[in-house]
Order: sequence, then C-alpha cells, then structure tokens
Amino acid sequence: MTEPIASTPMVIADRIVKSFGSHTVLRDISLTVNRGEVVCVIGPSGSGKSTFLRCINHLEKVDGGRLTVDGELIGYRQRGDKIYELKPKEAAAQRKDIGMVFQRFNLFPHLTVLENIMEAPLQVKRQSRAAASARALELLARVGLAEKAKAYPASLSGGQQQRVAIARALAMDPKLMLFDEPTSALDPELVGEVLDVMKQLAKDGMTMIVVTHEMGFAREVADSLVFMDGGVVVERGEPREVLTNPQQDRTKAFLSKVL
Amino acid sequence: MSTSTTDQPERIVAIPLRHPGRNIFAVVVILIVVLFVVDAAFFRPAYDWPAVGKYLFDMRISQAALVTLELTVLAMVGAIVLGTLLAVMRLSPNPVLKSVAWAYLWLFRGTPVYVQLVFWGLLATIYKTISVGVPFTSETLFSWTTQDAISVFWLAVIGLALNEAAYMAEIVRAGMLSVDPGQSEASTALGMSWSQTMRRIVIPQSMRVIIPPTGNEVISMLKTTSLVTAVPLSTDLYTRSRDISAETFNPIPLLIVASIWYLFFTSLLMIGQYFLERRFARGSRFVDVGPGEENPTPLVGATPTAPITAQPGTPTEGRSS
Repeated sequence: MTEPIASTPMVIADRIVKSFGSHTVLRDISLTVNRGEVVCVIGPSGSGKSTFLRCINHLEKVDGGRLTVDGELIGYRQRGDKIYELKPKEAAAQRKDIGMVFQRFNLFPHLTVLENIMEAPLQVKRQSRAAASARALELLARVGLAEKAKAYPASLSGGQQQRVAIARALAMDPKLMLFDEPTSALDPELVGEVLDVMKQLAKDGMTMIVVTHEMGFAREVADSLVFMDGGVVVERGEPREVLTNPQQDRTKAFLSKVL
Repeated sequence: MSTSTTDQPERIVAIPLRHPGRNIFAVVVILIVVLFVVDAAFFRPAYDWPAVGKYLFDMRISQAALVTLELTVLAMVGAIVLGTLLAVMRLSPNPVLKSVAWAYLWLFRGTPVYVQLVFWGLLATIYKTISVGVPFTSETLFSWTTQDAISVFWLAVIGLALNEAAYMAEIVRAGMLSVDPGQSEASTALGMSWSQTMRRIVIPQSMRVIIPPTGNEVISMLKTTSLVTAVPLSTDLYTRSRDISAETFNPIPLLIVASIWYLFFTSLLMIGQYFLERRFARGSRFVDVGPGEENPTPLVGATPTAPITAQPGTPTEGRSS
C-alpha cells in the first residue's frame, strides 16, 4: 500500500443520479470526501441518505454521474468514452476495501462473534486461520469485547452487536468506512458505547461517512456536516456552523424539528 | 425498600382447577383401544398373528426392508443435492439457469411419479445403447447396451431422485428466501462473491427452515419406494410382501409385517431429524450460548439478525448445566 497523500479526495461523487423505477431517489448529488475526513449526513427520511451510502459501495447501481473511491470508478470501467459494467467479481474486489456498518447490525447469527469477524478475511483475502483469528481478537479488544469471542450474536446486546459489526468491517482493513444509521436501532442507553468506538476510529484517521440522527456526535466528531433533502445536497459546512446557523430554509425547517 | 425481608407478600395457595372431563375421556379412549386389541388378538383369525411373527424376521422380508432403506437414502441424497442446485439456480441472477430450473420443476412436478418410474423402466427400450463418441464423426469410443449399464435398482433410484429433486428444490428455495436479505447484503458489502454468500451465509441459515419439511419428504420417500414395482423392481419391502402373499394366499399378515417395518424406519428417521434440528439451531435465540460463556448477557433491544421463531420440534432449552 502506498502512503496516502493527505489532501487527495477519497470519495468524489459527481452529479449522482439514482432511480428505482420511475421514482428518482438521488437527483443530483455532488460531494467530495477527503482522506481522513469524517462526514456526517443528516436529513429527513426518504431524502436519499442511505441510498447514497449504498451507491458508494455499489450495493445500488448508480444511474447517472460519476462516483469514484480512491480514484477508482465504482461499478463501471471507462475506456475511451465508453462505459462498461464491471463483472460481479470486480465489483466484489472494490467492495472489500470499503467497510459498511448497517442500522440492523446484520451479524451472521449462525457464526460466533470471532467467526463473524474472521469470515471475510478467510474467504475473500484468503488469510490463514491463525492470522485471521489473531487480527479478529485484536479488533475485538479494540471495541472492548475481547471476552465475547465465542458468544453467538443473539446473546449480545444491540450495542455489543453493533460494535462486533464494526470490528467485522475493520477486519478487511478498509480505506473507507460507511455507517448507515449505526445507532438508530439501539436502545438509548446503548448508543454511547457505539459512538465511542466510532469516535476512536475517527481519531485514528479513518475516512468515514456517517448517516446519522446523532447531532451531538456530528457536532463533536465530524469535520463536515451534509444536509440532504429530496435527493440533493442542500447544505454542507462545518458542523457547528450548519447546526447553529443554517443558511437554507429547508435546513432550518428540518433542524427546528429535530433539535 | 421499606419492608423487611421476612414480610413477604402472601403466596397464593389455590386448589388447582380439576378436569374431570379429561379423565373420563382418557378412560373411554383406553377402553376402546383395549377392546380393539383384544378383539384383534383373539377373535379375528384373518390377522393371523402367528404368520406375522413368522414373517417379521423372515430373511426375504428383512432383505427387502434393507432394499427399501437403500432406495430411500440414495434417492434422497440425490434429491437433496440436485434440489439444492436447482434452488440456487432459480435464485441466481443468471436468466438461463433460472429458466432451466423452472422448466425442470414444471416437468417433474407436473407428471405423476408412477408414470415417471414406468418411463425409466422403458429407458432401455427407448435408448438401446449408451455411446461415448467423438462429436460430428461416427467414431465411437465406448458403447454399452443400456440394459447392462444400468440395473433396475439404479433406474428406480434415478427415477425417485429426479422426481423428488423438484420438490426439494422448492423446500430449499423457501428456506433461502426465509433468510433476512440483510444477511446477503452484509456478506456482499464485505466483498464476498455471490456463490460465497450462498454457500457460507445463506444456505447454512436456511437449514433451520429446510430440515422439518425435508424430514417429511424422507418419510414420504420411504413410502413412495413402494411404487418401484412400476420400473419394475420387485425386491423392495412392499412388492416382496405382496409376492410372498401371492404364494401363501394370506395377504393380511404380510401387510402387517410390511407396516411394522415401515413404522420402524420412520421412527428412526424422526429421531435423526431431532438431532439434526438441534445441530442447526446453533446461534438461535434460546439455544446454546457457546462454550466459555457462562452468563449470557440478557438480550437488550431488537435483535433482527437472530431468527425469532423456533421451528416446531426445536428444543428451546439451553445446554446450560
């Protein structure tokens, strides 16, 4: 791996369009996320936040515009002025460098916590069992769950499950982490432990895009806050600035309801 | 807080609700059964119990029972493998595989298994030789007469397996559809391929849903083997019993003998199913917290990744001591 150059963008979304049938979810999204930057995305439900996140690792196919991660066009290959769809194998190769954490954790219930974390390194990276297990234990310690290695997900609390899910994503050594409302399915008293892990991750320099309703987290951790509505980026700026002094009427209206 | 430990709320000591109706009903049922058994044992010579005893462990019968068991096991193994393949094909993104699987189901589910078995018996009539040759030439590398290449027994196995595969495909497909789509999404997001996702994540989780109806199918297959006389294979349990009774002009005891053997096998299969279900309930909500985990944290909040409902027959108690 080459040393990342500090100011080069990690994600460039250039006029992204995404429709489901006749329903256009993303109208025109342009957004640049630099290396090591933490961007929080807020907005009303149905504004396209989650869809945008899912486009970044090609869980959803982009219909218009250009989306690149680390300089690589996502989901397509451009040769001359022609664009070719990627083979499933190539799309999978792009995804392995992009970690994703889901609202509903999506841990594999038939595998233990340790096996959950080891699965992708073993299957995708073809790591040895010993190496994958050592790394998994190290990551578990990092999210504060070393003693849960042999437990099954169903015996963990929601907060613990989400921390395991973060460790599972980190096991692939991603260059970018996507969080899709990581605390929305949690009981209020469990939100803090997950946010703490994410804060530490941000401190360690991970590039993160976080769709969230946690304004406190956005204010404290994010380098930049994006407000989305109706499939467009309405406003972007320094989090404190956007939260306390929004420039757009739609941002004002939204914040007045949630703050 | 303020009450002392000795001053506990009064326990209810109630007289349990009586159910006199149940007791009367049980007595009536037992009486009817006893009457039937006594009647059958002493007053119905047609049952011919001495003959039942004589034929139950008759070599010809026990050998035929073994053939029935072999047919069942081989046909089911074939059906499960082919059925899983068909289910995966139907759910694959490839339209060609999808259509092939659909057409297979249409054909094999749409015609009676008896008719299919007769067709397999006529294979040697339709295709007299099986040849391996060089394409587009008259060169033949190997050639067998069909009759020598495939025995009647294997024709029966193939016939039963191909028919059953169509039903197994739907059972496996239902199982795979029952797995939360978030599971394959998480697996895909980790960079796993479609086939890895199916093999490692979706199919293992679908087993819990697949096993109970598959148990049904195994038991059903055990009994369907009695149709192999259509091929015609005459060494299975039912056909052998009929053949013996045709000589002795005494069909009833042999039907009882065959029934006892069928019941014996289905009972064994039900025990096997119980243990299989326990094995695949790993990680589900109420079962097994894994070694080294003595005090599992109580569940907090929703755990949508965990299968919520236990399957019928799934033991719900933990393995804790």
